[in-house]
Amino acid sequence: MRSRAGWTSSRTTRHLIFPPVDQALGPMLEVDGLRTSFRTPRGVVRAVDGVSLGLDRGRTLGIVGETGSGKTMLARSIMGLLPAGGRDRLGVERSGTVRFAGHDLTGLPPAQLRQVWGTQIAMVFQDPMTALNPVVRVGRQITESLRLRMGMGRSDAKETALALLSSVGIADPGRHLRSYPHELSGGMRQRVMIAIAIACGPRLLLADEPTTGLDVTIQAQILDLLADLQRERSMAMVLVTHDLGVVAGRADETAVMYAGRIVEQAATAELFAHPLMPYSQALLAAIPRLADAAGTRPKPIPGRPPDLASLAPGCRFAPRCPYARERCREADPPLVEAGSGHRFACWYPLSLEDADTPASDLGDSQGEA
Amino acid sequence: MEGSQPAGTPNQPVGTPTGIRNQPAGTGTEGGNGKEILRVEHLVVEYGPRRRRVHAVSDVSFLMAEGETLGLVGESGSGKSTTGRAIAHVQPPTSGHVYFDGIDLGGLSTGRLRRARTQIQMVFQDPISSLNPRRRVRDIVAEPLAIWNTGTAAQRAQRAAAMLEAVGIDPVTVGQRRPQQLSGGQCQRVSIARALMLEPRLLVCDEPVSALDVSVQAQILNLLADLKEQHGFTMLFIAHDLAVVKSISDRVAVMYLGKLCELAPADTLYDAPLHPYTAALISSVPSPDPERGPRTPLAGRTAGMAGTGPVAAALANEVPSPLHPPSGCRFRTRCAYAATLCAREEPPMRQLAPDHFVACHFPLAH
Repeated sequence: MRSRAGWTSSRTTRHLIFPPVDQALGPMLEVDGLRTSFRTPRGVVRAVDGVSLGLDRGRTLGIVGETGSGKTMLARSIMGLLPAGGRDRLGVERSGTVRFAGHDLTGLPPAQLRQVWGTQIAMVFQDPMTALNPVVRVGRQITESLRLRMGMGRSDAKETALALLSSVGIADPGRHLRSYPHELSGGMRQRVMIAIAIACGPRLLLADEPTTGLDVTIQAQILDLLADLQRERSMAMVLVTHDLGVVAGRADETAVMYAGRIVEQAATAELFAHPLMPYSQALLAAIPRLADAAGTRPKPIPGRPPDLASLAPGCRFAPRCPYARERCREADPPLVEAGSGHRFACWYPLSLEDADTPASDLGDSQGEA
Repeated sequence: MEGSQPAGTPNQPVGTPTGIRNQPAGTGTEGGNGKEILRVEHLVVEYGPRRRRVHAVSDVSFLMAEGETLGLVGESGSGKSTTGRAIAHVQPPTSGHVYFDGIDLGGLSTGRLRRARTQIQMVFQDPISSLNPRRRVRDIVAEPLAIWNTGTAAQRAQRAAAMLEAVGIDPVTVGQRRPQQLSGGQCQRVSIARALMLEPRLLVCDEPVSALDVSVQAQILNLLADLKEQHGFTMLFIAHDLAVVKSISDRVAVMYLGKLCELAPADTLYDAPLHPYTAALISSVPSPDPERGPRTPLAGRTAGMAGTGPVAAALANEVPSPLHPPSGCRFRTRCAYAATLCAREEPPMRQLAPDHFVACHFPLAH
């Protein structure tokens, strides 16, 4: 573990003295070979299966995928917030490394990890009703981390909480500090969640479906708000969503997840314009678009995602892929780079299809570099 | 469960003894000739005690033609689901009339209403909780026939199997499972099969795809479109997702706080909305085409402005409570173009172009 002093908190103020993140070189977040698996009675479920990614400060990475693709588990694995082994889960295992501003988080004991949560990395959870404590007033839920982690006094914390509530666009923050979560609408609750997440000025925000279940008008406001906060604080953000429309407008880069893996990642505009992996293409074709004429039918993806407890060899998308060939069913395609940061995992990528060059040739030369 | 299966014990068989096909409901009107199948007049649905009266639907009127798909969109709390439930009389209207095939459903006796409702079926939002967890899929689908005592048990089973096949469920393997063993998409297919067993003429779909993943959502949308072609039913499609509604609807109605704002053919409504609320709603939808024009909020942002201009910026205000809706036009508190007239007088529904109705004092010019 590096610079031990940096992680030590001062006992008097309980204020985390974190190494100066802004001066640290390299990306804000580096994830390498991250795997999270659950042992269940049906076998080992590999929810996150070897994910590597990097994120620079101030940038947004969108992670899209269907239910069960592992996108939420990836966010939780990065944060280190994994569910305990429950009734039908015999155990959780995580391997690989998560480096935040150059510091490996995977080896940290819980006490030190708690000092990173909130102040350095924060998470906006999907369901604001269950993520907020229903019997504690909104004010105390926001000031809790301010007092505990930033060492603020009662009145300072309250002042800050008021400012936070205004900054997330809640009118009459004084009154809402005294509200309980059930007294707020869904959009307001999600704003409170965001206020809690940004209270201690995190450098990395993991937003897990921050707008799912909200109306489009509220969704646009929440996403605008996150973008504003991000610009003000040069905060890096991982935006997890199933809605391709949300990442299209908001993420610098987008990663598509399928069955626990990243199958394609590129600059958002590039990915949407030239998907190389057939699954990304199918996902894009499956959404009805406002730009299409009325009555235009979306193109469904046949079949279902694979059972993560019993994976067949070969590419995980092969059973549903219209272009699948023999090789796809035999060998798992690695995630390779096709220049300018466009990564994909496919033996026969789409745009290169015409040239009839198997991607492996390209991949073997570039992927190793 | 309610709505798709009339409750209580069966009394009379519907249809001929051998089969299976239903008669048009009740009092001797013949469907097919008349173009209009549903007429909703001054529909009002209110909940709760007088002090805290929720005005869920306030004076909504519209027509539906036989065979069309009408999309009904709005934010949560706009009353779109309540409207659908009131049409099927799952939730009896407080006042106003629902004429189905010329018959006022509110004027029917309980028995006749039950009979009439075999013609109006519902598909609900949550595919899993709308199916009885303790029954097998094949029994769930055969139940509407069992309730109406149609055919023998063997005939019912045969028809249920055929319908399951038609919605893409294997009646042999999946048919004997229970809902919890199915995926969300499979459950929604079963709900659709169940709703179609009595060969309804009107299918009310309340957010049928909003709980599903995009790939499955596309499957269900296409399934509904295919079944509609085969069976020729009329469909009221209620959803909050504007793109989904556009893909499936012939005409689209927009609701806000219990009122109908705008009603037009789908392409017209999306290309040239007349109501400021419709325009704001459309501009709020995040587009899955990153390079697409200035409609998306982001494009407005990169130009240095918050929101998309006056229309979307006004939507920053919260939706007023349906307990105390604003006077006059209900959208005025969030409308960029609101004037004093809007607070004083409620805008009537006007036809401003062929088949294009709007309730606004100052409709947008195009």
